[in-house]
Amino acid sequence: MKKESGIHIEGLSKRYGEGATAVDALKEVNMSVAPGEVVGLIGPSGSGKTTLLKCLGAVIEPTQGRMTLGGEVIYDNGWRISDLRVLRRDRIGFIFQAPYLIPFLDVTDNVALLPMLAGRPNGEARARALELLQALDVAHRASAETSELSGGEQQRVSIARALANRPPVILADEPTAPLDSERALAVVRILNQMASQYHTAIIVVTHDEKIIPTFKRIYHIRDGRTYEEAGEGRALQ
Amino acid sequence: MINLAGRDILHSWSKFVLTGLGLGLLIGVTFTMAGVYRGMVDDAKVLLNNSGADLWVVQKDTLGPYAESSSIPDDIYRSILGMSGVAQAANVSYLTMQVRKGDTDVRAMVVGFEPGQPGEPSYLVAGRRITRSHYEAVADVKTGFAVGDRIRIRRHEYTVVGLTQRMVSSGGDPMVFIPLKDAQEAQFLKDNDAIINQRARTGANPALNRPGVPGLLDAINASQNSNRNVNAVLVRVAEGHSPEAVAQDIRRWKHLQAFIRAQMENILIAKLIATAARQIAMFLVILTIVSAAIVAFIIYTMTLGKIREIAVLKLIGTHNRTIAAMILQQSLGLGLIGFAIGRIAATIWGPFFPRYVLLEPGDAVRGFVIVMVVCTLASTLAIRAALKVDPATAIGG
Repeated sequence: MKKESGIHIEGLSKRYGEGATAVDALKEVNMSVAPGEVVGLIGPSGSGKTTLLKCLGAVIEPTQGRMTLGGEVIYDNGWRISDLRVLRRDRIGFIFQAPYLIPFLDVTDNVALLPMLAGRPNGEARARALELLQALDVAHRASAETSELSGGEQQRVSIARALANRPPVILADEPTAPLDSERALAVVRILNQMASQYHTAIIVVTHDEKIIPTFKRIYHIRDGRTYEEAGEGRALQ
Repeated sequence: MINLAGRDILHSWSKFVLTGLGLGLLIGVTFTMAGVYRGMVDDAKVLLNNSGADLWVVQKDTLGPYAESSSIPDDIYRSILGMSGVAQAANVSYLTMQVRKGDTDVRAMVVGFEPGQPGEPSYLVAGRRITRSHYEAVADVKTGFAVGDRIRIRRHEYTVVGLTQRMVSSGGDPMVFIPLKDAQEAQFLKDNDAIINQRARTGANPALNRPGVPGLLDAINASQNSNRNVNAVLVRVAEGHSPEAVAQDIRRWKHLQAFIRAQMENILIAKLIATAARQIAMFLVILTIVSAAIVAFIIYTMTLGKIREIAVLKLIGTHNRTIAAMILQQSLGLGLIGFAIGRIAATIWGPFFPRYVLLEPGDAVRGFVIVMVVCTLASTLAIRAALKVDPATAIGG
């Protein structure tokens, strides 16, 4: 069971188009991330990173393979979950290249929105949001407008949002791209802390040379195939 | 759950208020156009009410005296007075002309009436009623005249002795009431040169200037220089008699046309202002379409500006109906702001219009419903665009 929790994918393929014009974006990808683990997903442009992330995020349907999320099979040559919207809301956290916070909500409500969408009472959702903001050291900006935050603060708020429904998996799409080295390393440190604190499996897609040495495990993706290698796991101060 | 639409409106309130202001001014114009039409109808009703008549007796085969010209002898009223069911009958004349005051002139309808009879202004807001037989006038306040002003109608000067209000013609010209004899003279008064020419022409006509008939030429000249006609006779029906029955008798025995109140109202509203009403209706339709296009364009542009946020909202599990409701509520909010500003604007600028602008509560309710329907329809384009947004676009840029 332990092996199956977190995220586990076997033989995942994705083909765009049909016949002579068909493109195999993913070819029998295998990947496994345990709860509390942060792994890197690295590859050149066009290698299939984004396609893999979209398959994992249940926004596009793979062509074949098997995916297990938090111990439950969600895809096995076809979706095994009827409502993918609820799957994304409750069981997958997303962190984007840019924070993409909702500009007309304050910091707390940006985080509390997810539990509210999941049906939690407003008070409980806001309390949970404040707890996460505290853990990420941005509680002092709880009632601020998102436009008043620095880039690093915004990214921490987006991490808090991704964790708001306590999902077993977080997909981070180049979360450090717009940040300088110091802030980028700080974000990775936070991701590691959150992963171990909330037992969340985190996949970080990145090009960022600064943060690659911090991963203990790295998946390289090239021409739609993944290759696993051990990372340096450099200690974060 | 957070009200996303409300938060967005609060976040960009200045944009919403300014857009709502623009939309509101457009809605205000729409309300005013409707108010102008209502005012025209109300003016017509007030005109009929204030005349104090139950019947309008006019020239046969005409729709006079307001919609068509009508001319009947001024002694007809005596024979009408003798008919069964007639309590009062009085001559009236109407003439639209430029009334001069000093160097300025005002377009007005000059009404000739007999004091104490149907046709006189029903109430005054200043001054007194006409007590002399000549050269006194009562004017509607919209003429801009004041009590004591000296005004010129043709060759004679009149003193304004009283002011009335809401007495305007179907064309919107304010009324000036003067004694009937003066009004008859004003209608047909010629200048001295024209009188001399007319007399010479009559004198040169051997049929009218016969040597064997003394006094004939003088009699013809006298008749040519006096007017014994009026435009209508206003009749008040005695209690217990049906206006329609009295009108039937007048039509049958006097060979005149007689209209009851409902018929006259129909002439004024359905015939006389029908073209203006259609014109206003066209404007209302165009303004409604323009308002809808503006709301649709604004909401659509605002939605396109939030495509990334909408993709993120969809990716994190927001229902399509929540996103659609957000856009719909914003559209309705914009309509609400526009409606409120439009209603206030129309109320403020309405009294400054030269014609009476009547803003009816019923029109406000109908306007509100139309604004909400238009905003709902206008939001569909934006909702369609939002629902088409692929949540996958939030990932990978």
